[in-house]
Amino acid sequence: MNQNYPTIGRKSRTRAGIEINKVLRNTYLLLSMTLLFSGFTAALSMAMNMPPMTYLFSVIGGMVIAMFVLPRFAHSTAGIGIVFLVTGLLGFGLGPILSMYASLPNGGNIIMLSLGGTGVIFMGLSAYVLATRKDFSFLGGFLMVGFLLVLVAAVANIFLAIPAMSLMISAVVIMLMSGFILHDTSRIIHGGETNYILATIGLYMTIFNIFISLLQILGIMGGDD
Amino acid sequence: MDWMKIVAAMALIMFIIYLFPRARHMMENSPKGSSSDWMGFVIPILIIVLFIAFLIQLV
Repeated sequence: MNQNYPTIGRKSRTRAGIEINKVLRNTYLLLSMTLLFSGFTAALSMAMNMPPMTYLFSVIGGMVIAMFVLPRFAHSTAGIGIVFLVTGLLGFGLGPILSMYASLPNGGNIIMLSLGGTGVIFMGLSAYVLATRKDFSFLGGFLMVGFLLVLVAAVANIFLAIPAMSLMISAVVIMLMSGFILHDTSRIIHGGETNYILATIGLYMTIFNIFISLLQILGIMGGDD
Repeated sequence: MDWMKIVAAMALIMFIIYLFPRARHMMENSPKGSSSDWMGFVIPILIIVLFIAFLIQLV
């Protein structure tokens, strides 16, 4: 009689493993599609020659939808449409920033290095978590407090406008977002996140923030800011 | 433009207010990491710092 228990346990573990792989596969599929869509809306925004304020309003709009609307629809197919709306808006907001960098003498180089650098960081960290299967759930509190402190510093620097502080904030954002990639990916593979829509938006935000911060660091260090 | 600075600051402050309870919850409920757990975090972060320094050299 007792011999049945290990069999049931093994079956349920296998089922859980299949479920986790499905979440991971769906997350990466949706993430790649939203990144392509963001690239398209960014190109559209550049072609339309949108003013710089587009970035501010797109980010505010995207964040409000991601925080207040997306969680209500995250368990339905409408959530996929909302993820595209958020990522499309954020991509559209990137257009004027990219236009500004593209107009610099080595702007094209800075954009391509930022894009490539973001891809390498994301894929490297994801591969690290998937290969080692380490549990990074202990990072949660540390990352959230760090992120709040960075936001407070960012508010101060809006008015202080100190380039060195701006550089420091961008560097810390990259470190924190790298930590969030480790944390979020480990949550998926350990069954802590079972909703691929919420997992996608979390990972998308980390990629978006790393790209923007890298753009700023390379822009300042390249002597073109 | 000053009004853009004010809008940006207000948006960030709203975001901080929204995130604060979540941060406190995560602080209270996150498991504690061992020194080897933290090393598993610090090493890839150091590699990223070196990688960014390399990217800066390429600009």
